[in-house]
Amino acid sequence: MSSTQFGKSTGFRRVGTPNLFPRVAGAISIFLAFAPLELAGQAPAGLPGAAPPQFVVVLDAAHGGNDTGGHSVNWAEKNFALALSVRLRSLLEARGMDVVTTREQDVTLEAEQRDEIANHANAQACLSLHASLSGNGVHLFVSSLQPAEAARLVRWKTAQATAITRSLGLAGVLNSALRQAGLNVTLGRAALPVVDSMTCPAVALEVAPDANSGQTATDSLSDAGYQAKVAEAVAAALVEWRSEGLSGGSHKGAREP
Amino acid sequence: MIPRYQTVLFFVLLAASVIMGAVLWQLRDRAEQRRLQAQASTPTRAPQVAPAVQATLLVANDADDSMAERILSLPLPPSAGARARAILGKLLDLYAAPGAAHPVQGGASAITQVFLMPVSAGEAAVAGPRGKTSAGANEAKNGPEMAVVNLTGAFAASHPSGIETESLTVLSICATLHANLPQVTEVRFLVDGQERETLAGHADLTRTYLTSEAEPAVVGAQP
Repeated sequence: MSSTQFGKSTGFRRVGTPNLFPRVAGAISIFLAFAPLELAGQAPAGLPGAAPPQFVVVLDAAHGGNDTGGHSVNWAEKNFALALSVRLRSLLEARGMDVVTTREQDVTLEAEQRDEIANHANAQACLSLHASLSGNGVHLFVSSLQPAEAARLVRWKTAQATAITRSLGLAGVLNSALRQAGLNVTLGRAALPVVDSMTCPAVALEVAPDANSGQTATDSLSDAGYQAKVAEAVAAALVEWRSEGLSGGSHKGAREP
Repeated sequence: MIPRYQTVLFFVLLAASVIMGAVLWQLRDRAEQRRLQAQASTPTRAPQVAPAVQATLLVANDADDSMAERILSLPLPPSAGARARAILGKLLDLYAAPGAAHPVQGGASAITQVFLMPVSAGEAAVAGPRGKTSAGANEAKNGPEMAVVNLTGAFAASHPSGIETESLTVLSICATLHANLPQVTEVRFLVDGQERETLAGHADLTRTYLTSEAEPAVVGAQP
């Protein structure tokens, strides 16, 4: 079954009145994302004199604005995600990476807007940043879509299917780095609308309280030391991911499936 | 010295008390007799107690993002839809219990209905209000079925927010349905009868879940 078809293999069936605009916009975005590089005004990689390819990371701080995500009396997921995004951006830029963020402020963003930003960035890694008051350590989630062959046009809602293999690789690198930092890590697959529409290697990273800290859930998540530990480990993982790519690894940007 | 009239009054009152006690005892006996006679003449129906059968619950654990099998003996109704609702109710009762490894409020009352329908008719039935009920589902025992689980809005509103916790709730419901009703291969979720984007901000409720996806979520975890 082609990835452009709509069937059981994706496990997805949309019902109700379809809103055509995001689908049409999405299809155009995906088409542009897979268009030849010359159309995008970029020099083909590997030619003499061409600039070295940039390593682009997309950081998507989940929720924002009216959507607080998880929250308690003095803690909100949207604020945690934004703080982690800002912290990670500075760490990654210091390591020579190009960082694209979906939001820099407390604003409301639709899933389609986040995906458009990510899919236009031609990123080698996309991280959707979340937090939760339940669980322990860091949870890494890859889309539960079944892998599909890359195609010129892919469905917006299941675009991640073409990048699942690379996403699993990215999750593995993150898992190793976080464990090396002494953090408890769980890996899983989940149906997440934002990640399912990304064409880059994408992982949803959910930071949960550190159960070994002896603190309450909100205190643990508010602990600057814990946040820094997670951010440093993620930055180390992305450095490793970049080095794997430079040494001939399988992961490439969204336009190089 | 007690005056004579007081002695007489005392014995008169004592006699009156004894007589009144005896009359009261008689009246009580008569009332009891009337009540028993009335009960005997009321048509009664023996209570129907469903036979206890084994049910397999896939119980989620937030600590390690896993699901563990738990086999319980439950009195379950014969109808597949009612049986599915009863089993899922028990699962949510476990989550609502104090000290649960996957704490979620709501309990059995969080499941309003479970509809079962043939997979081929599933999409049309979900789109419209005329989905087959559990009674209709019994007609299609041979083929794969879709379960439509209707949750209450209060359950969704009180569900803890997070990718892991929401995914575990969804997947444990899917896995529990498939473990007890193997013909259920697809599951959809409604909240108060309506389609909803996410359970509590993360887990996608607009899609159809395949029960084959509802394996324990831990993949590749290292020791």
